[in-house]
Amino acid sequence: MALDRRHWLKGALATVSGLWLSACERLTDSSLVQTTLDKTEVLTRKAQRGLIPPQALAREFTPADISRDFRANGSISPGDADYRTLLQAGFADYRLRIDGLVDRPQSLSLSDIRALPARTQITRHDCVEGWSSIGKWTGAQLAPLLEQVGLKPEARFLVFHCFDTLDPEAGAKGRYYESIDLVDARHPQTLLAYEMNDAVLPVAHGAPLRLRVERQLGYKHAKYISRIEAVADFAHIAGGKGGYWEDRGYEWYAGI
Amino acid sequence: MTSARPPKTVLVQRHGLVTRITHGINLLVVIGLLMSGLQIFNAHPALYWGHKSTFTQPWLAIQALDQGDGMAGSTWINGHGFETTGVLGYSGAPGAGEKRAFPKWATLPSYRSLGTGRHWHFFLAWIFVGNGLVYLASGLITGHVRRDLLPTRRELGLRQILQTVWDHLRLRFPRGEAARSYNVLQKLAYLAVAFILLPLMVLAGLGMSPGVDAGLPGLVSLFGGRQSARSIHFICASLIVGFIGLHVLMVLLSGPLNQLRGMITGKFRLEVREDR
Ligand code: HEM
Repeated sequence: MALDRRHWLKGALATVSGLWLSACERLTDSSLVQTTLDKTEVLTRKAQRGLIPPQALAREFTPADISRDFRANGSISPGDADYRTLLQAGFADYRLRIDGLVDRPQSLSLSDIRALPARTQITRHDCVEGWSSIGKWTGAQLAPLLEQVGLKPEARFLVFHCFDTLDPEAGAKGRYYESIDLVDARHPQTLLAYEMNDAVLPVAHGAPLRLRVERQLGYKHAKYISRIEAVADFAHIAGGKGGYWEDRGYEWYAGI
Repeated sequence: MTSARPPKTVLVQRHGLVTRITHGINLLVVIGLLMSGLQIFNAHPALYWGHKSTFTQPWLAIQALDQGDGMAGSTWINGHGFETTGVLGYSGAPGAGEKRAFPKWATLPSYRSLGTGRHWHFFLAWIFVGNGLVYLASGLITGHVRRDLLPTRRELGLRQILQTVWDHLRLRFPRGEAARSYNVLQKLAYLAVAFILLPLMVLAGLGMSPGVDAGLPGLVSLFGGRQSARSIHFICASLIVGFIGLHVLMVLLSGPLNQLRGMITGKFRLEVREDR
């Protein structure tokens, strides 16, 4: 009798939780819900862009705050042949291409980049997963470099193409890339970093050059940059959402 | 003389329209926020204090451990481990177990997707804030907060409070005229939830946003750093779960049909004795 009731109760619980799960899933997969959720992202971006001054700085920390266990996520040692060749030569042959909607496309060596106006900052790196690490970064500020190449008036975003293939199954769409708008591109803390914690940028953290865009989450900070392309729109690139993780469901605006 | 007539049952207006609507919306939204929040938590199921993560020393961590003869779930609080297989760390139907901090039935969506969990969480957060502001503004303007939620000086006497606690423990709830309004424990609980816990939840959530931290650096400092804000966000969520459990239990114990009718249609049954 008691056993029967327990059986029944278990069955009822399993049925209820099954219905519950399928209801949640069906809700999430419906296209109305999808578009509503996407619109929220626009609302969040506009609210933050509207309320936070464009030049507001991310907090900077002291050397004592630097993490000894700074995590490296995503690719940590790209296997891509072009990258391996450059790495073996100590990036002597590395050239950063800057092209797209610019007046004067350029191809810069690492020493060219090190000669650009630089900035050093100790900032907190926030991963979308929830953890944070603090590191010291030195790199070329992006804003003066953009002056140098001359953005065309139609340019609205910078796309950072990277060496690393994070998803080999996805073919050409498995290469990492990211994009930022001109508000972030012209922000004083936005750097092409070549040093971390006073040493040459390690491979795990994106050697020879990674983006720092301090007011956004970690996946925006593209590592292993090979090329910067100024575009009016990124719909034609890879999955069309403006970044490797964006193509896989993350928000393009990662200020939250 | 009051004993001459039998008590009479009357229907009184219990809750205003705004209270009922915002309470209903809040119920759905809070459940969605809790479940999508657990999806996000599952992406890195460890909590720290301060600005940065001290990866080897989380104060709370939920893990799956390979025990050789099978997987086990374990939860660590300040270095003390508890086995939580089946719920925390490792869960799922027999033979289809999964390493995940919170189980499938507790997260939105049920399958692992940080991106979708975040989308839900921020969508619901906007509704939560709008709905909460409507509730608070209307409560302050109409006098609902002052009239129905703020305890009177007399109610705040120690004896009075202890007496109410004692009555609750014996499951003796106010009847007749005394049931017309919230009792002092209800008032204090609702005030704490509506004016402290839920707002704190929003502030700790905003403190985790790197964008907000640049625009309003004082907020995250108030919490003692982004990882502290994440810990406080999690602790407040746990307190909300505790509140919901107690709140629903009280509704069930004190005449659930009448209580629910009160919150849905506004009408509440009272037994009153008519005085001459
Ligand atoms: C299944 C879930 C819930 C049920 C059945 C429920 C039911 C009720 C009922 C019947 C009342 C009126 C009590 C009375 O008249 O004495 C009430 C009031 C209240 N509930 Fe809930 N509730 C639920 C969830 C929640 C949640 C999730 C929250 C917030 C996190 C919440 C916060 C409140 C507050 C603040 C009040 C007082 C409202 C006012 O008068 O301004 N409830 N609830």
